[in-house]
Amino acid sequence: MGFILDKISADKFLSGLKDEYYIFAPKRFELGGIYSDTDAIRYSEINSFDEIVFDEKSQYSFKETILQISQTIFYFTEDQIKEPNFTCRQKKALIFLRNCDLHGLKRLDDMYLNNGPEDYYYKKLRDAAEFVVMGCENSFENCFCVSMGTNQSDAYDLSIDKQEDKYLITCKNSKLNNILLKAGASSSDVVPKFVTSNNIQVNIPDNLSNDVATSKIWDEYDVRCIACGRCNFVCPTCTCFTMQDIFYTENGKVGERRRVWASCMIDGFTDMAGGHSYRVKKGQRMRYKVLHKVLNHKKRHGEQMCVGCGRCDDICPEYISFSNSINKLENAMKEVTSNE
Amino acid sequence: MNNYIPFSSKILDVIKHTDVEFTFRMSCKREVKPGQFFEVSIPKFGEAPISVSGIGADYIDLTIRKVGKVTNEVFERYVGDTFMLRGPYGNGFDVDIYKGKELVVVAGGTGLSPVRGVVDYFANHRNEVAGMTLIVGFKSPEDILFKEDLKRWKETIDIVLTVDSTNDTKNYRTGFVTEYIPELKFQDKNNAAIIVVGPPAMMSFSVKGILNIGIKEEQIWVSHERKMCCGLGKCGHCRINDTYICLDGPVFNYTVGKTLID
Repeated sequence: MGFILDKISADKFLSGLKDEYYIFAPKRFELGGIYSDTDAIRYSEINSFDEIVFDEKSQYSFKETILQISQTIFYFTEDQIKEPNFTCRQKKALIFLRNCDLHGLKRLDDMYLNNGPEDYYYKKLRDAAEFVVMGCENSFENCFCVSMGTNQSDAYDLSIDKQEDKYLITCKNSKLNNILLKAGASSSDVVPKFVTSNNIQVNIPDNLSNDVATSKIWDEYDVRCIACGRCNFVCPTCTCFTMQDIFYTENGKVGERRRVWASCMIDGFTDMAGGHSYRVKKGQRMRYKVLHKVLNHKKRHGEQMCVGCGRCDDICPEYISFSNSINKLENAMKEVTSNE
Repeated sequence: MNNYIPFSSKILDVIKHTDVEFTFRMSCKREVKPGQFFEVSIPKFGEAPISVSGIGADYIDLTIRKVGKVTNEVFERYVGDTFMLRGPYGNGFDVDIYKGKELVVVAGGTGLSPVRGVVDYFANHRNEVAGMTLIVGFKSPEDILFKEDLKRWKETIDIVLTVDSTNDTKNYRTGFVTEYIPELKFQDKNNAAIIVVGPPAMMSFSVKGILNIGIKEEQIWVSHERKMCCGLGKCGHCRINDTYICLDGPVFNYTVGKTLID
């Protein structure tokens, strides 16, 4: 069961949505890309369907809509601490994202709701969010979602596919259903789109273990990787943060504690007071990241962390391919097991 | 519940061990185990994970070395003041595991803080262990921590106190803690339990030495130290493989500890 929206009913639907939600979707920022003549596709609040970019992959993931790049933990004055006021978000968030990203959401939940106690800040934004999955007609460059089993998800409130100037919709959420009916959406049989093949396939060897750390495959990244951390920031499943205290005035009595996104690829991630650090070489950092994404998260939470969106490959200034690094693991395991 | 909001804790007492290492006795009525840690929180400067070095009914001891941004500030502003704390975090030492064993604690420098509670317990309840030896090393005589405790513990347990180097060789044993491991005597090696805490290099050489004298991996416990920003399994800094030091540690049996390659 589904709906078809034409231009008029789509506009009505969106204005109905805006009464109930802040709507976040991938949007084009002209000339805002990583090169001077390229655009950026990234998340922003939108006011019309025309603003949503359906036919390209967003360079940055949806995660910043519920996991803020910089989250104020509390404000402090001399002897007082005050939590930030969350009531400023009076409406729920409606977030447009891809199937792989919807799997990524599960990974964020693994970390922020199930790894130790529930995270107070994440939980607030997460509970006030609903999700619209945007189908993929074809696989984008560098995607390998089919190999990761993340090319389809049913955990959405609404699915949407753009077909010329019409939108095909399925809905699982009664509130959204009512808004659709009010907008005059016509009923139709709709099956959400998803891709069933990618140009890139990855193979995670069954015998993969952390012993692969001693393989020589990591050495090339010592030279190639420049530790910029972009791969972490575009990744829909990277969740690390660092605490940061700032103060507002020269006398420094008033300020806030924030947590800001952190990157395991960047210098300083492991620095301890007194000067000791771990994983100084970039190849070691690459190994740490790769094995988290395709081994260690699964050991703890049951599913691979990587969702195969390929954004890390898209953004890397050194053209390092994450899917290639996964595909080297089989030989790397042979190498380390034959050393024994 | 918002776990990130620290509580205010009064400084009850300050014990000065060296110029850069003080023990702060803080008011705290929470249930705490030795080896667990608190995030000491100084708004404007940040937070630092610090192990508890002593536990009382209404206080905890935090032995802090002036070594970083937060701890420098701790030393600047402690007089008659309060600190903000979060915690306790981590698994800590379970003293029941060591009851009836021939227990050896090998500690280097401030590594004595997290195990101080364990040593103190068995020094006070000597009959609950079959043997109790503390091998503890410091850089120099000026760096020795917990001098009063060491004097008191000497009454009931065996202590090997050593310094890396000194001119005063008449009063101090010199050399690394690892040099004293081969001298350990056990009635029954199978009943031995060894705890190793200290800087990374000291721990790895100590464990090698212990394995060399025929103690098995499962008889060894280690406590790890990492950068931590939350203590709640979220910030990711302390993860090694599928283990979060803040949630699953910092205390590990060596059979697990040895698999933790950064």
